[in-house]
Amino acid sequence: MIQTREAMDALRQQAREKLESYDCRILVCSGTGCIATGSERIYEKFLEIVKDVPGVTLEFAPHDKDAHIGIKKTGCQGVCELGPLVRIQRGKEVVQYIKVAPEDCEEIFERTVRHGEIVERLLYRQKGVAYQSPEEIPFIAKQTRMLVENFGKYDSESLEEYVAGGGFKGLERALFEMQPEDVIETIDRSGLRGRGGGGFPTGKKWRQVAAQSEPVRYVVCNGDEGDPGAFMDGSVMEGDPFRLVEGMMIAAYAVGARDGYIYVRAEYPMSVRRLRHAIEELEKQGLLGDHILGTEFSFRLHINRGAGAFVCGEGSALTASIEGKRGMPRVKPPRTVEKGLWEKPTVLNNVETFANVPKIIQNGADWYRSVGTENSPGTKTFSLTGAIQNTGLIEVPMGTTLREIIFDIGGGIKDGGEFKAVQIGGPSGGCLTQEHLDVPLDFDSLKKLGAMIGSGGMVVMDQHTCMVEVARFFMNFTQNESCGKCVPCREGTKRMLEILERIVGGRGTMEDLDMLETLASTISETALCGLGKSAAQPVMSTLHNFRDEYIAHVVDKKCPAHACAAMRRFVISADRCKGCSKCARNCPADAISGVVRSPFRIDPEKCIRCGACESACAFGAIHIEW
Amino acid sequence: MLEKSYYDRADAIIASHGAVQAALIPIIQDIQAEYRYLPAELLAYVAKRLNINEAKAYGVATFYENFSFEPKGKYVIKVCDGTACHVRKSIPVLETFYRVLGLSKEKHTTDDMLFTVETVSCLGACGLAPTVMVNEEVHPRMTPEKAEALISSLREESQA
Repeated sequence: MIQTREAMDALRQQAREKLESYDCRILVCSGTGCIATGSERIYEKFLEIVKDVPGVTLEFAPHDKDAHIGIKKTGCQGVCELGPLVRIQRGKEVVQYIKVAPEDCEEIFERTVRHGEIVERLLYRQKGVAYQSPEEIPFIAKQTRMLVENFGKYDSESLEEYVAGGGFKGLERALFEMQPEDVIETIDRSGLRGRGGGGFPTGKKWRQVAAQSEPVRYVVCNGDEGDPGAFMDGSVMEGDPFRLVEGMMIAAYAVGARDGYIYVRAEYPMSVRRLRHAIEELEKQGLLGDHILGTEFSFRLHINRGAGAFVCGEGSALTASIEGKRGMPRVKPPRTVEKGLWEKPTVLNNVETFANVPKIIQNGADWYRSVGTENSPGTKTFSLTGAIQNTGLIEVPMGTTLREIIFDIGGGIKDGGEFKAVQIGGPSGGCLTQEHLDVPLDFDSLKKLGAMIGSGGMVVMDQHTCMVEVARFFMNFTQNESCGKCVPCREGTKRMLEILERIVGGRGTMEDLDMLETLASTISETALCGLGKSAAQPVMSTLHNFRDEYIAHVVDKKCPAHACAAMRRFVISADRCKGCSKCARNCPADAISGVVRSPFRIDPEKCIRCGACESACAFGAIHIEW
Repeated sequence: MLEKSYYDRADAIIASHGAVQAALIPIIQDIQAEYRYLPAELLAYVAKRLNINEAKAYGVATFYENFSFEPKGKYVIKVCDGTACHVRKSIPVLETFYRVLGLSKEKHTTDDMLFTVETVSCLGACGLAPTVMVNEEVHPRMTPEKAEALISSLREESQA
């Protein structure tokens, strides 16, 4: 049990000494991505190898042998696409290996762990240069890793390592050196804004909760990261769960809450496991419960798992879901800060916001303000995915340009493709194009461009992506996830989806485009919650930036990206056709006619573009024209 | 009426969460984890034990996508069709599962109760798109060929 500040200091000291006692640490990435590529097997393989080596002790056994080896599972090491990732740390030197297979482990152990040699073929390479240290890899070197600083360094399941790395210094400072009001003041001055999308000032939110007359308050963490294409919050929950918990504890101290809830979406079983483990550890040590570190501060933390409803990412829907009800938003006011969970004043922030708190309290508001822009200080994590060379989790200062993210960090478009757009902010966001490459990304600049930072999903698209189809995709998503409570969202998104389906199906009209705009503005003005209000964003934004693509679909019945199946035309080349009639016999629409042994013909009016003729033809005489 | 063992199990699950409305979702999540579906009889039973109107409990169970009144297969395959996976061609993977298993948008579970195929909006492994989750295990960089191979290996695994 750690019941005083001195005990915490002693633990930190002890944990640091242990960390330094290692001769070598084998750090295996255990993010969702690397586990999917098989990092658990790598971890086990190393355990198996090290177990039987004479003269080597694993973990913290007495220091009576030649070498101490630690094998650790860490949070996301960043370049998910190149997993399983393994780092070998000897003293201050760290070597990053990529795409490690179980067969490589013996060699890594023999050469790198025992003798400090490099296994060249497992190094990260870009443009002919091999990189040893993770810090040198351009993808990582060009980032500013503050929030995810522990990722890839420490065991994400070890309280000891979290503390050794400076964990709980923020909480200590808050509890022993600051009044709750000072904590709020520091957060306020730091300019931290909610990372869940809206960018509401966090300090202001906390102050509003602290000012309520109702004595029972709650702290709730939104871990319902539902935007398709976003996985930053999941990475934080699995990669540094103690940091999130510490942030929530500081918030609870600041607003006088005794209970907190973390709402994690159903698709993140790993996040739930790691958080549960963290909470159990902290309870065991007395760091969650009554009289934390011997003070008057008491706090308990609970986990709620989502059950598959995107709308629960909305504040009032999320609290309804914790209460055991259908997750539907309600009319505001009263706002969550006044009447949130069980009608009590509630601080509701997302994962990344809370995870930023400990270091701000530890290092002060000015430290935080030294990064980022005036109105959006600090860093932001993004998940960089889609048609890009390097996919993965990134962290950059607010105000970084899209060009730096896509070309410097992301390494440009995959397979030498051409940059077309990036969809940012998921189904509530919009797309940015070539002309926005040099805009500094922050909450306010994006809002002006009709996009939003959202939670930080960034899906890069190249010339093969049809923007009308992207709009249809998001509308289909939103329509599916509409909770059905308010008419504008329930009916409006359905009508918009029908129109978009018509357009990609080649049956759209120019009036449809006007109707889309009318519906979009009506829905965003009248829908009940943030999800409804922003539902039309992807359509509005693609209509604005890629109107000619819509027109090509509607007027010319062509898909410039060659993606919409309904726009393709099957044509028989007369010089290759042998007139065997097989295509005509396979056509379900009776669209092919001709005389045997002379070239056949497809009637485009009757053709349903199914492609049955193309796969039936033995002579390769049928091709697609766009 | 289900066998008594179902109600005993439900009682144990209720006891572990407490018989209060806030526990409704965790309780039916645990029941579903146990039986791979939510038997309607048990939902009614839980509602009674928690002192909630049965209609209300039904409203909750049908609101959330994860609950199913129909038994699911031993292997629940969730094909991610989130933005990143969609852009990297998740639909051909889904169609392969449908074709190989004789399933469709309407028919989710094979008659031998081995496989259920669903779509999901994001599994959070977008860097490895397109992805598929089988029960709780994520499979990266899927292709139609890998989808076929996955089914064969799961079939073998189930017979072992």
